[in-house]
Amino acid sequence: MEPTVTVNPWVAVAYLASGVLFILALRGLSSPATSRTGNRFGMIGMLIAVVTTLVTHVPGSLLNPTQGTLCSHPVGGGTNCHGFTYAAAFAPDWTTIVEILIAIAIGGTIGFITARKIQMTAMPQLVAAFHSLVGLAAVLVAVAAFLNPGAFGILGADGNILTVSRIEMSLGAAIGAITFSGSVIAFAKLNGNMSGAPIILPARHVINLGTLAAILVLTGMFAASAHAGPGENNLFWIVIALSFAIGFLLIIPIGGADMPVVVSMLNSYSGWAAAAMGFTLHNTAMIITGALVGSSGAILSYIMCRAMNRSFISVIAGGFGAASAVGGEAKEQRPYKRGSAEDAAFLLKEAENVIIIPGYGMAVAQAQHVLREMGDILKAHGVNVKYAIHPVAGRMPGHMNVLLAEANVPYDEVFELEDINHEFSQCDVAFIIGANDVVNPAAKTDKSSPIYGMPVFDVEKAKTIMFIKRSMSGVGYSGVDNDVFYLDQTMMLLADAKKMVEEINKALAD
Amino acid sequence: MDFISILSIFVLACFVGYYVVWSVTPALHTPLMSVTNAISSVIVVGALIASAAAGSASSKWFGLVAVALASVNIFGGFAVTARMLAMYKKKERPAPKTPVESQGAK
Repeated sequence: MEPTVTVNPWVAVAYLASGVLFILALRGLSSPATSRTGNRFGMIGMLIAVVTTLVTHVPGSLLNPTQGTLCSHPVGGGTNCHGFTYAAAFAPDWTTIVEILIAIAIGGTIGFITARKIQMTAMPQLVAAFHSLVGLAAVLVAVAAFLNPGAFGILGADGNILTVSRIEMSLGAAIGAITFSGSVIAFAKLNGNMSGAPIILPARHVINLGTLAAILVLTGMFAASAHAGPGENNLFWIVIALSFAIGFLLIIPIGGADMPVVVSMLNSYSGWAAAAMGFTLHNTAMIITGALVGSSGAILSYIMCRAMNRSFISVIAGGFGAASAVGGEAKEQRPYKRGSAEDAAFLLKEAENVIIIPGYGMAVAQAQHVLREMGDILKAHGVNVKYAIHPVAGRMPGHMNVLLAEANVPYDEVFELEDINHEFSQCDVAFIIGANDVVNPAAKTDKSSPIYGMPVFDVEKAKTIMFIKRSMSGVGYSGVDNDVFYLDQTMMLLADAKKMVEEINKALAD
Repeated sequence: MDFISILSIFVLACFVGYYVVWSVTPALHTPLMSVTNAISSVIVVGALIASAAAGSASSKWFGLVAVALASVNIFGGFAVTARMLAMYKKKERPAPKTPVESQGAK
C-alpha cells in the first residue's frame, strides 16, 4: 500500500543523526556546565537536517530525487538509489535554491535580532510567539502536502492521498492550528495586549468538546472519503478552520498565573504537530524531535500542575481566579506592621541567614539587578544569602532562575522549594519580593482555600519576614488573603519592588 | 518505511524524551523550552520539500512561507537559548563586585 519510496540509506542515517543530536541537546541541559555544548549539538543537528533535505530535494542537486520518490529515476543518469545516486551533472536549480535561501535569510534575521534584543523578563511572551510560529509552519506544511502530495511521496496508486497519510496530515494540521491560535492568545495575555483575566463563555465546555469531537469526526471522514485530492475535498480545510477556533477558545478562559501550564502545554503541542508531520513525511528527525518536544512540554505541564496542587484538567478547564475578583473588597483591614527601607537594611545587616523569595512582581518591576546588588552587599557583610524559587513563580517554568542568572546571581545560591524549605527555621530574614501565593500558609491549613494543598514556603518559621508589595489592597493571583501580612514578625515594605530594594541598598551602604 | 517502523521510532523516542527531560535541572527549564522550540522547527524539513518541489505553485509558496517562519524559530530559538545559557556561565566565577567571598554557597 505504501508507495515505493526507496530512501537512500545515507539520507536516513543523516536524519537519524540529527535526531540523536537533538536528544543530546536536551541531555546537555541536565547541568548548566554541559548545557552550552548541548545547544551546539542542537544547532548541528538542525544544520544536518536542513542540508540533507536540500541535497535530496532541490532538483538537480547531489542526491537527486524526482518528485518525492527518492532516487527512483535519477535525472541525467547516475546509478540508481541503492548505490548512492549522484546526478551525472551537478546542475542544481539555482532559482529554487535562491528562493529558499531568501526565505531562510528573512526568517533567520528576524529571529536572530529578536533573540538578541528581547528582555529576559519578556521570555514567556517570546516563547509563546515562537510556539505560534511552529504551529503555523506545521499547518502550512500540511497544506502544501495536501496541495502537492506527489512531492511528499504520499500519493497512492489510485491518485488519492494515502489514507494513513490523510489522518496524519490532518492531525498535524489540526494540532498545528491549535498551537498557533492558542499561542497567539497566550502571547497577547503575557504581553499585556489582552487582559490576563479569564474570559468565560457560557457553555464553553460544551462548545469546546463539541468542536474537538467535530475535528476528530471530520478527520475520519476525510480519511474515509473516496476523493481526497486538492479541490476535491473540503473536509481538510474545515478541520483546519475548526482547529484555529478551538485553540482560541481553549486559552481565553485561562488566567494569567496559570500561563506556566499553558505555555508548557503549547510547547508540547508544537512537538506533537512536528511528530504528526514526521509521520506524513516518514522522517525520523521530525518524529524523534516531535516526541522529545511533546514529552518535554507534557512533563513541564505536569511539574507546574503538581506545584499548584491542581489537576491538569482543572487548569485547562480554566476560570481560576475569576470569581475572586468580586470577593476581595468587603474585608475589614487587619493590623499589620509597616517598615521602612532603613529598618529593613538594619535587620538585614544583623542577620546571619537570609533567604530571598522572588516572584512575578520582581520580573514586572525589573528588580533582579538591584536585588543581586543587595545580595552582594549583604554577602560582603558576612550574611549568608540564598534564593528560593517556587516552580510556578513567574509566568513560565524556570522564569525566575533565568532572571537571577541574568543579574549574575551564582546558580549555586539558588534553590528549589523542596531543597530549601527546611531551612526557614534557621533563617533570620525571609525576604519576599513580588511573590505572594507561594508563601501563603492557607495552602497548608485552610481546606476551603482555593490554593489548599499547594506546596508553599514555610516563611512563617523565619525570625523576620520582609514582604515587598506595592500596596495592601492587592491580593495574590488566587485572590486569597495572606495571613503572613499580619504576623508579628512580618514587616511590610510597601513600595515598587525596584525602588524599595534600591533604597535598602542605599541604607545598607551608609 | 512502513507505518509500524515509524510508530516504533516514535514510541521509543517518547520514552527517551521522558527520561531525558526529567533529568533536566529545574533551573534550566526556561532554556529547555526555548531549545525545544528551536528543535521542533525541524518541521522546516517538510517546508523545504514543499519549496523545492515542482508541480504546484501554491504549495511551493506555502512551503516558502513555512521555511521563513521556521527559520525565525530556528535562529531565534537557538540564539536566545545560547544567550540565556551564557548567563549561567558567568556565575561560575564569582561576581567581580563582591570583594568578600561568602561562606554560604553550598
